[in-house]
Amino acid sequence: MTITPSEITRRQMMRRIGLTALVAGPAAGLLSSCATSGGGTSAAPSTAAASTGGASSASNPFGVKPDAPLEVVIFKGGYSDEYATQAHEPLFNKEFPKATIKHQGIQTIGTTLTPRFASGDVPDVVNNSGTDNLDGGALIGAGQLLDLTPLFDAPSIDDPSKKVRDTIVPGTIESGMGGDPAKPYTLNYVYTAYGLWYDANLFQKENWAPPKTFDEFKSLAEKIKAKNITPYAYAGKNASYYQYWMILISAAKIGGNQILLDIDNLKDGAWTADAVKQAATAWAEIGKFMDKSYEGLIHTEVQTQQNQGKVAMYPSGSWLENEQAKDTPSTFAYAIAATPSVTAADQMPYEAVRAAAGEGYVVPSKAKNAPGGLEYLRVMLSKEGAKDFTEKTKSLTVVLDSTEGLTLSPGLTSVAAVQKAAGTNVVTYSQFEGWYKELETELRKQTNALMFGRISADEFCTKMQAAADKTKADSSIPKQTRNV
Amino acid sequence: MRISRPVLRKYGFIAAFLIVPLALYIVFFVSPNLQAFQLALTNSRGISPDFAYVGFDNFRTLFADDVFWAAVRHHLLILLVLPIVTIAIALFFSFLINLGGGTKRGQLSGVLGSGFYKVVFFFPQVLAVAIVGVLFQAILRPDKDGILNSALGLVGIDPVGWLINPNLALWTLVGVAIWQGVGFYVVLFSAGMASVPKEVFEAASIDGAGRFTLFFRITLPLVWNTVQVGWVYLGIAAFDLFALVQTLSVDRGGPDDSTTVLPLEIWRTAFTYYKFGYSSAMGVALVFMVLTFAALTLRVTRRERIEY
Repeated sequence: MTITPSEITRRQMMRRIGLTALVAGPAAGLLSSCATSGGGTSAAPSTAAASTGGASSASNPFGVKPDAPLEVVIFKGGYSDEYATQAHEPLFNKEFPKATIKHQGIQTIGTTLTPRFASGDVPDVVNNSGTDNLDGGALIGAGQLLDLTPLFDAPSIDDPSKKVRDTIVPGTIESGMGGDPAKPYTLNYVYTAYGLWYDANLFQKENWAPPKTFDEFKSLAEKIKAKNITPYAYAGKNASYYQYWMILISAAKIGGNQILLDIDNLKDGAWTADAVKQAATAWAEIGKFMDKSYEGLIHTEVQTQQNQGKVAMYPSGSWLENEQAKDTPSTFAYAIAATPSVTAADQMPYEAVRAAAGEGYVVPSKAKNAPGGLEYLRVMLSKEGAKDFTEKTKSLTVVLDSTEGLTLSPGLTSVAAVQKAAGTNVVTYSQFEGWYKELETELRKQTNALMFGRISADEFCTKMQAAADKTKADSSIPKQTRNV
Repeated sequence: MRISRPVLRKYGFIAAFLIVPLALYIVFFVSPNLQAFQLALTNSRGISPDFAYVGFDNFRTLFADDVFWAAVRHHLLILLVLPIVTIAIALFFSFLINLGGGTKRGQLSGVLGSGFYKVVFFFPQVLAVAIVGVLFQAILRPDKDGILNSALGLVGIDPVGWLINPNLALWTLVGVAIWQGVGFYVVLFSAGMASVPKEVFEAASIDGAGRFTLFFRITLPLVWNTVQVGWVYLGIAAFDLFALVQTLSVDRGGPDDSTTVLPLEIWRTAFTYYKFGYSSAMGVALVFMVLTFAALTLRVTRRERIEY
């Protein structure tokens, strides 16, 4: 089974959505109905240090016993497992030379580890990923996972005056929350940014700059059109969600993340809010520059057109460069830009981007060397650990400023720059995509209708509100809520 | 009650042979179908053994569901067009292949190269429907790179949005279904024509019947039974079309639900929305539609069988 990193990123993300669904609480739907062992068992040891009796210190905050063996299980998929065997594990061994590390790189995380969780003989770190992964919600429900709060509150390896939580991209911790009450059980390690992708070389040659406002967007589009290039396109046949991401990001930039929280929480009138209307109107204007045929193309077809210089800007996430690696000519340099601002009074600056963390790592609560597991994650979250990961996997991590001194691909360099520019201005990820599939299906449909000119922005909002109301009124759909 | 020996000997023998296929049929066909009826009355989400009976709630929701009615409307349109066009084309071809070539050495035969055509027409039937879908993705691509559109481009016609124009998309899909289906019915009708004694055609031919008369007055009535079977097959096919819609249409059933069909909605409701109860209710509705169609067709098209 070979899986490209891009697929993993997206799949990971979907699962993360599933996991976070449990933040929601009692009515948490599908996943919680699997987790039949029920919510009340938050028996996770508060600090694992107590149970193993190692002495904790500033450099050893979890009190790892220096000679305690550590068992690490890594999903050997698109990222392979060299980043663990050749980077993270040696780094851990540098701290604790006496510890022997047992490493397992496998694809069947779920099949292999389910019986071990059942018997209580669990590894200390698990990279829970791939199609055959463990049901995170069920594990949380059964009290099988360790609360990672001590990890995020521990001092950072690079700068002991800082807590780990302050050295990673905002939103990372929340993305790994689960259970009721919600606690961070999963460390999502890989960073994905969403925005408009373009060929930096082409833009430089033509003296174009990525637009910062929609007015600039439109005037640039005219210029690009004059060159016989499609200014902007997405694939309507199977990837209309790439487009609705853009509309939702714009709505969040106008009205703040609260707009997206309201949509996720099925708040009355969430879709008819001014911010959503303005975002839909702005994007519908851009849709007019798109040939009708894009509604019938799939994402790889449009992406290849961009590689051939026929499409100037394309909405996607940071897996794009890897996904297109085979088709990208050497003259093509991927770069990402944040979505343009819609109004001058936008709540978030132009630099704000949607960023999401994926690829989960957990520490089982019954791990024999749980402090070691936490320490291993702390090593992963060090700049060196993150840098090694990026080098080996060509993917960015959630660790801030961890790419110094690395020669990154053009696309990754640009993602890192956008990440830095955004700072704490992070547009949140919409959870309804995983929670309410009927609403999501309707949004895909109406996004195509809006962007290809069959309905107006007002109709778009009314129809989406009607769909949201229908979901809200449907008692057979378990409801979920989120606060962050 | 004791079963008499001769009866037991006669039917026991047959039953012994039937027991295995019958068991398979019951386990894998009859029982799932019955279970669908049961599930249609529940709020099952398909992933848990716990569900409640909700009576006819699912059906009430169904009858108020716009997408369901859109799908039903599409089935009716397909039902009007797909069988008639397919049968007309197939009859025409099989007539030409078998009888349309005039008399040679005192025998009616097909047009020149009819053996070759027979094979070519049957080709699409050999392809799995998923492959047909992938082939037509390239053929019907909406920009000028599409095979059909680039051919049209040679004569100066702008690219046609075969599958992206909501008014055209359904008919494009029906066209693909016809393309794929014709070959099978050519073979079916050819077999039907081959079972009619040649003397009948020759007698008509000698009496001065032209090809037109030969077809409408002699051939068609004589293969009517076969046509009727074909009609039922095609009618049932008109209630499917899942794979073509799934592989070819915009966002599965789009644009704007203009190509959606019931099997697709059943699939989506079950495996995307995890509403197995509601999905089963759709399935039950579909079963009744297919049964009604089959019963009606067999009744309406009933004719006296002609004994040769």
